[in-house]
Amino acid sequence: MVYLIRVQLREDYSNLIFYLSPLVAVALTLFFGSFIFLILDLSPIESFKIFFISPISNSYGISELFVKATPLAIIALGLSYCFKNNIYNIGAEGQLTMGAIFGGGIGLLFNDSTSVFLLPLMILFGSIGGAFWATIPAILKIKFNTNEILTSLMLTYVSLFILDYFVVGPWKDPAGYGLPKSMPFPDAGRLPVLFDGLRVHIGVYFAIIICFVTYIVYNKTLFGFKLKVSGLSSKASQYAGFKYKNLIFYTFIISGACAGLAGLFEVSGPIGLLYRDISPNYGFTAIIVAFLGRLNPIGIVLSSLLIALTYLGAEDAQLFLKIPSAVGFVFQGLVLFFLLGTDFLNKYRVFIK
Amino acid sequence: MQSIVEFKNIFKSYPGVIANDNVTFNIKEQSIHAILGENGAGKSTLVKILYGHVKPDSGEILINSDLAIINSPSTAKNLGINMVFQHFSLFESLTVAENLILGMNENIPLNKLKDKSKTICDKYGFNLNLNSPISSLSVGQRQSVEIVRSLLNNPKILIMDEPTSVLTPDEISKLFKIIKNLVKDGLTVIFISHKLEEIINLSDYVTIMRNGKVVSTISTQNEDPETLGYKMLGYKVPKAKQVSEINFSQEIFSIKNLSTQSKDPFTINLNKIDLNLKKGQIFGIAGVAGNGQKELMEILLNENDYEFSGDIFFKDLNINNLSTFQRKSLSISYVTEERLGHSAVPEMSLSENIFLSMNHKNEFKKGDFINFEKINSFASDVIKNFNVDTPSYNVKAGKLSGGNLQKFIIGREIMSNPELLILSQPTWGIDAGSEAFIKKTIVELSQKGVSIIIISHDLDELLEVCHKISVLYEGSLSNPLSVENINITKLGKYMGGLFD
Repeated sequence: MVYLIRVQLREDYSNLIFYLSPLVAVALTLFFGSFIFLILDLSPIESFKIFFISPISNSYGISELFVKATPLAIIALGLSYCFKNNIYNIGAEGQLTMGAIFGGGIGLLFNDSTSVFLLPLMILFGSIGGAFWATIPAILKIKFNTNEILTSLMLTYVSLFILDYFVVGPWKDPAGYGLPKSMPFPDAGRLPVLFDGLRVHIGVYFAIIICFVTYIVYNKTLFGFKLKVSGLSSKASQYAGFKYKNLIFYTFIISGACAGLAGLFEVSGPIGLLYRDISPNYGFTAIIVAFLGRLNPIGIVLSSLLIALTYLGAEDAQLFLKIPSAVGFVFQGLVLFFLLGTDFLNKYRVFIK
Repeated sequence: MQSIVEFKNIFKSYPGVIANDNVTFNIKEQSIHAILGENGAGKSTLVKILYGHVKPDSGEILINSDLAIINSPSTAKNLGINMVFQHFSLFESLTVAENLILGMNENIPLNKLKDKSKTICDKYGFNLNLNSPISSLSVGQRQSVEIVRSLLNNPKILIMDEPTSVLTPDEISKLFKIIKNLVKDGLTVIFISHKLEEIINLSDYVTIMRNGKVVSTISTQNEDPETLGYKMLGYKVPKAKQVSEINFSQEIFSIKNLSTQSKDPFTINLNKIDLNLKKGQIFGIAGVAGNGQKELMEILLNENDYEFSGDIFFKDLNINNLSTFQRKSLSISYVTEERLGHSAVPEMSLSENIFLSMNHKNEFKKGDFINFEKINSFASDVIKNFNVDTPSYNVKAGKLSGGNLQKFIIGREIMSNPELLILSQPTWGIDAGSEAFIKKTIVELSQKGVSIIIISHDLDELLEVCHKISVLYEGSLSNPLSVENINITKLGKYMGGLFD
């Protein structure tokens, strides 16, 4: 007798559970995450307190939470356009980097400018940079049907090398003691902060606006309808007369522009110059944020806050618990794992035969 | 004769439906026993239970008066039960012999198997070359492979699920001769069908099923199609009567010398197709499945820029290079063969499915925004005018039964005011009530001056509603026959490819 695990599509899988499963995934992550602390001989409750509560127990912490959540939300909102269309743009990190190079380049080019137009120009070029980088996998997909997962991912590494080239080469700060970083941007090229002394910046407003616009697009417009149909059934989308190739192109452009915008916000906001490590993998983590938020704009904003907390918690854990900050990535991975698991079990019945 | 199979109180339910409700009847040894019922009556579930494919919730099966517990198809085969499915499971690129050996439970050398198969083929008149690849065979021949494969297991009972649905009239009569000879040699055949005449011609007994229950088990001797049909449905189906052909003058649509040269071995190349359609005319394209219907529909819809030579005209406008969207904007409407996932998205509401096909109409848009109010009221109209049984337009399309969804889709296309409506298999797999309603609607629509093309495998349906019928055979389209004084023998010959 051979025992096999069989899976069967559920005919009436629940919509309610679909929206609740992120909460289930978070609960499971906390439960299994506590074992990590137990193995390390730490009290789970104390550790969770340090991980999830103490980072946001003061105004500085809350500001930091928004500093981290802003790029995550902006990138994930952009990615949701691609993912809804069943296009897997994995290269947001690269598009973010290109946005930082393009927008930051403008800031360096006009480094003695005091014009109020400098920042808008940088923002514009940041989006263009990200969008430009996203058109490459889009065109490859449309013309040659290449796998966008591979091309967009590989282009991420290309963009990191391009950034490397600029910060050790032509854009290196002559007064920077040879360090691989650029000159600081002029004040006119810095993103205004919301409160004196805190790092939270006006990027938050952009995230809220993008969330709102995305909500309208998904629910009220022809474009949103096209994305929904083509994500559910490519044949029905052809029947409706929608051009799939156009949708691939537009969704890549949108998500690239969002990632580029987030990249520019990072360099002209908290960082203030260009150097090698401008992003702690925001572009990759935003993939988790997008799925945890169920590709729903409001869900994405909420999940960006939660995932931002894992970044802060990891820093505090390193400081106070003396454990590597990579624990933060472990938690992000666990959330994604449990989310995919609950989705699978919601969609399929599993039995052993 | 004693009973070889006894079904005792078989009960099987799926979420939301009872597929088999206390099914009890016997099948006599060495007989041809038909199971008759509409789609969804529970015929397939019952034979799948007998074949060990589906487990019943309760009930017993006796084989030769012994209780049989059939857990899997291999248990069934050991009990001498074999089944020929409606959808074949053959490997296209392997030869006939290779496919046959793959179905064997025991180890047997290929040469010995070939000898054995040859004996069966010769004895019963299967015309098969054991060394041909499956991809080169016709549908009828593929079915022969499936039957021979079953016979190699020396079955006592052979189940055949809708075996005639893919065959030409000529192939059907050959199949029936073979079945009768097999029964003479000791086999018992269980034959599933919803075609009344076939059952009367072929079988000795018939069990009629309706909504999962057995209505009765009777000898076919004293039955005719009408009495049997009444028993199957529980009511009489009104026929849609097409009015005789009037003088059609204005030409609406034409295809001139359309051919394709695809190198894909799994597609049929179309060969110099010509077609003329007048205003208010219903034109039927008959033929056995797999003779180019899919490819022709593909070109008519133009979803994928399918390559072809020749010209297509709609009201003197060459539409060769127009996209699906542009063709719809010219008031050509389409109903595709596949309902779920092609002409409707199952996960979307009925309203959204209205917009799916109507997004070219400005009345449903305000710039780039969707006017859901208008769409909802349009959806309500479709539901009301076309008797769609659903509580609201917010219901997901996938929740509707096949017949209801088809009424909704056809209603949607009709209410878009088309000048040309192209339908593929409009009544395939739906209940008789919806089928009658759809036929009636199509006839009425043509009387209002709408031109209609119907691609269908169901000859009876075409004869009922069309003015003219052409047959598609291996990519060629026959000259059209007028339905008014049609010669059925000629039509049968056309279906077998005998036309110039």
